[in-house]
Amino acid sequence: MSVSNRYQLPDISVRLTDELIMQHIDNESRVIDLGCGDGRLLERLRREMSCSVQGIDMERSNLVSVIQRGLPIVGANLDEGLQDIPSQSFDFAVLSQTLQQVKEPRQLLTEMLRVARRALVVVPNFGYWRVRMEVLWRGRTPVTSSLPYEWYESPNLHFMSMYDFRDLMTSIGLTIVKESPIIRGRAVDRAWAANLRADSAFYLLEQQR
Amino acid sequence: MSARSQPKSAQTLSQSAEIVEKQTAILFSDPPLTLASGESIGPVTIEYETYGHLNEARDNAVFVCHALTGDAHAAGIHCQDDKKPGWWDGLIGPGCGLNTHEYFIICANVLGGCQGTTGPGSVNPQTGQRYCLDFPFLTVGDMVSVHSELVRSLGIDRLCGVIGGSLGGMQALDWSVRFPDQIASAIIVAAGHRLSAQGIAFNAVGRRAIYADPGFDKGNYDSENPPRFGLALARMIAHITYLSEDSIELKFGRRLQDSDKFAYDMPRETEFQIESYLHHQGKRFVQRFDANSYLYLTRAMDYFDLAESYGSLAAACRRATCRFLVISYDTDWLFPTSQSRELMTALMKVDKHVSFLELKCSFGHDSFLIDIDPLSELIGPFIDQASVAEREHVTNSHRTDIDSSTALD
Repeated sequence: MSVSNRYQLPDISVRLTDELIMQHIDNESRVIDLGCGDGRLLERLRREMSCSVQGIDMERSNLVSVIQRGLPIVGANLDEGLQDIPSQSFDFAVLSQTLQQVKEPRQLLTEMLRVARRALVVVPNFGYWRVRMEVLWRGRTPVTSSLPYEWYESPNLHFMSMYDFRDLMTSIGLTIVKESPIIRGRAVDRAWAANLRADSAFYLLEQQR
Repeated sequence: MSARSQPKSAQTLSQSAEIVEKQTAILFSDPPLTLASGESIGPVTIEYETYGHLNEARDNAVFVCHALTGDAHAAGIHCQDDKKPGWWDGLIGPGCGLNTHEYFIICANVLGGCQGTTGPGSVNPQTGQRYCLDFPFLTVGDMVSVHSELVRSLGIDRLCGVIGGSLGGMQALDWSVRFPDQIASAIIVAAGHRLSAQGIAFNAVGRRAIYADPGFDKGNYDSENPPRFGLALARMIAHITYLSEDSIELKFGRRLQDSDKFAYDMPRETEFQIESYLHHQGKRFVQRFDANSYLYLTRAMDYFDLAESYGSLAAACRRATCRFLVISYDTDWLFPTSQSRELMTALMKVDKHVSFLELKCSFGHDSFLIDIDPLSELIGPFIDQASVAEREHVTNSHRTDIDSSTALD
């Protein structure tokens, strides 16, 4: 399955992640959305925040949708990297609910901070209690609202918890400027036992200075 | 670049095969056109065709640039008996990617060509003789200068878009950089900002074939008796570069033309189907193309190099103001996807609006003439959006004009 096939979160969550991402983007900045789907977020960024936007996706239908919105899009497979995107040509690189689907998440994160000053990432949290329960009590690979696939059809190749994500950031030299656990459809700045209670998490990343 | 688009379904043909007329304009009567080489030429006769209607605001025009051996006849038919419509008929017509209900499409034969526009086969008004190799050296930029003047002469200030494949894509790209105020969008298909050394090599062999033909006579051949063998051979070589390994394999394989068995007969020249096909292509080409034009146009293609002209590709791209749609084909080895990607990167580097896609199609470089539907699907909305943005822009700048004039009062 393709990397750009973001899984369909319920509408409220899509709106939530879009809002969350937009809150961390400056007006009139340059934004690249990796796996931009039909360009919904890009259009809001352009319309509401006068951003200069660029989409990347590999589905031709998504290319057509984004072009229909009058926005620029490049057809590319994120697994093949971002080598054609010039360095530091964007202020923000967005990767929403896609990191777990790429073959080399580590490489992609590094690449994001090559092409942009800051990276905005939303990832599912495998440390979420319902995921743990599913494994512990039922002995089953979890299928939850934020991991809604059977194991054999899942586009999700990697499963990480918030702890794992933080470890990776340390090891590849990226700074977590902000971490927001998403708990019951709400992004919070801080929460007790976040790794247990959040079904996904938002990160704002920067290159270590 | 080579084959006319393949026959379409009866439905599309009947929809779009409208009767169209050749038109001509005479430009650069005074002053003449100064070419990149420093020489000048004028007057220049230019043959063109138009499809659809120019609206009252004169803001719905799209220019189509043809490839190396194409012509102004991009769509429709000239008379009811015409068996084949224009070379991009599937893309141009009512409801097509370039929708003639909405847009006014212009396509003109290039300077140096041999299908109605002034070229080496035309009569030099100063001598009363055909130019032949006295025709001035010309570049892709010179072709674009002529197109650009034609558009102005039609009373059109700005085009919604310029589109072209192969050498036509080079023209569209050159246009975006040299006359940025004249176009709102550029669509560059199966092309690049320069021809690869491999491409030049194939052109060189083609030219050599023409030069070496005993009938070439330094270009002064009688038009009734052209260097047929050389020109046909040049076409055969070039045609191979327009196909892909897969498409040749699929269409011809190792199949024999007339028999199931080898003839073991050396003088027999055509035994495999692919041989017969190439000979046929060569023969047909000689009937419609001039050898001197072929020399001039391939040279123009060899010379084109935007990076060289402006210091770097990014520096060239910086001059453009339009939005870009860049399309390549996975089996095209004459203008491989890597070239389109290079262009995309340069455009992005200087913060231009650029969309890029590699289409999958087995027909090699010729895909852009054959596989029309995926092209239409992208080009239609792209042109629509460019024209919407254009109108918004015009309205806004008009408003600003009013505001500033009020301020002056």
